[in-house]
Amino acid sequence: MAEAALPHNVAAIYEPSLFGTYSKKVGMWLFLLSDSLTFGALLYAYSYGRISTPNWPTPFHSGSIVNATIMTAFLLTSSLTMVLAVSAAARGNEKTRRLWLLATMACGAGFIVLHAREWSTLIAEGLRLPIFPAVPHQDIASEFVNVSKAVPQFAATFFGLTGMHMLHVTLGVVYLGVIALRRKFIPILLVLWLVAWLATPAYSPFHYGAHVLLIAALVCSLILWLKPKIYDAADVEVAGLYWHFVDLVWMFIFPLVYLMSTKII
Amino acid sequence: MDAFQQAIEERVAEQHRHHSVTPFFWVWGTLLVLTAIEVYLGYQNMEPKRMLTMLMGLSFVKATLIIGYFMHMKYEVSRMKWLTMCSLVFCLVMMMVFFPDAFRILSLGER
Repeated sequence: MAEAALPHNVAAIYEPSLFGTYSKKVGMWLFLLSDSLTFGALLYAYSYGRISTPNWPTPFHSGSIVNATIMTAFLLTSSLTMVLAVSAAARGNEKTRRLWLLATMACGAGFIVLHAREWSTLIAEGLRLPIFPAVPHQDIASEFVNVSKAVPQFAATFFGLTGMHMLHVTLGVVYLGVIALRRKFIPILLVLWLVAWLATPAYSPFHYGAHVLLIAALVCSLILWLKPKIYDAADVEVAGLYWHFVDLVWMFIFPLVYLMSTKII
Repeated sequence: MDAFQQAIEERVAEQHRHHSVTPFFWVWGTLLVLTAIEVYLGYQNMEPKRMLTMLMGLSFVKATLIIGYFMHMKYEVSRMKWLTMCSLVFCLVMMMVFFPDAFRILSLGER
């Protein structure tokens, strides 16, 4: 394509931005709007099942609620640290920016660990999907085994909704890791993949789910190799939008899935 | 990246430099308090529809705070605010078309 020749010392005239901001940010907003509809559909599916099933189970004991409340606190705190990272990036304070990004990742990782622990407990107690491998020595008289048989929509919508959210949080941590550490993050990601893969038993869904980290490492390596760059304040802000969105979605999942299914003794 | 995008990015960063971080701490505290209220409500033995209304009401307040302050929507131009939020709310409300069917299933076989 022919290059247009512009004379020097002439102020360029551009069409003003429709949304008053840079296109990367508008692009992220458009992605988040479409992703909201994905989560909206999942939340509506859960609500549909809840309304149309008279004997909807309320199996969450206080242990699960305390766990989910701590997870919520982790996500809310991670949003605060993310805002502080954006603020530090705008002020050009590189070291502080990286520290706040790492703090955000730590909170996100804490959320994932707690969530994975909760999933593992529920699966061990009998709440499962037909595609999950059989758990050895499982108590077939467990309360959750009955829940899975009597109301299969509960396990399907629960694992579908929370699993989709957990995937988003995991990818968010990877995204922030790339912004904060760039190429240095790839070996860390590979170590995390190996630990998650080898430390989980073969019947756990996380044994196979861990491969998301391997795929993420490959995709990130490709991006960082093809388009190496120093991520600036705008990149941190755009990553922050994604992170806050993940937090936002949890604000609806927590009351709808957990609090509406609390076991009151 | 072209000069125009760079100029806008610099202007947005300049806006962030002028924002104090104190309101974000207030928002974070409010979100934690609202979460505590939600957990308290979760343990009240009330009718599911009433509980759902109260919990979703609190969730919408939390969502507004997150979008407004943490996602900086409060500081965007009004065209951005209205176009994004109205289109999102419209699409989500349209999905509610399935709910009458869920209520219909409950009363199946009663006649």
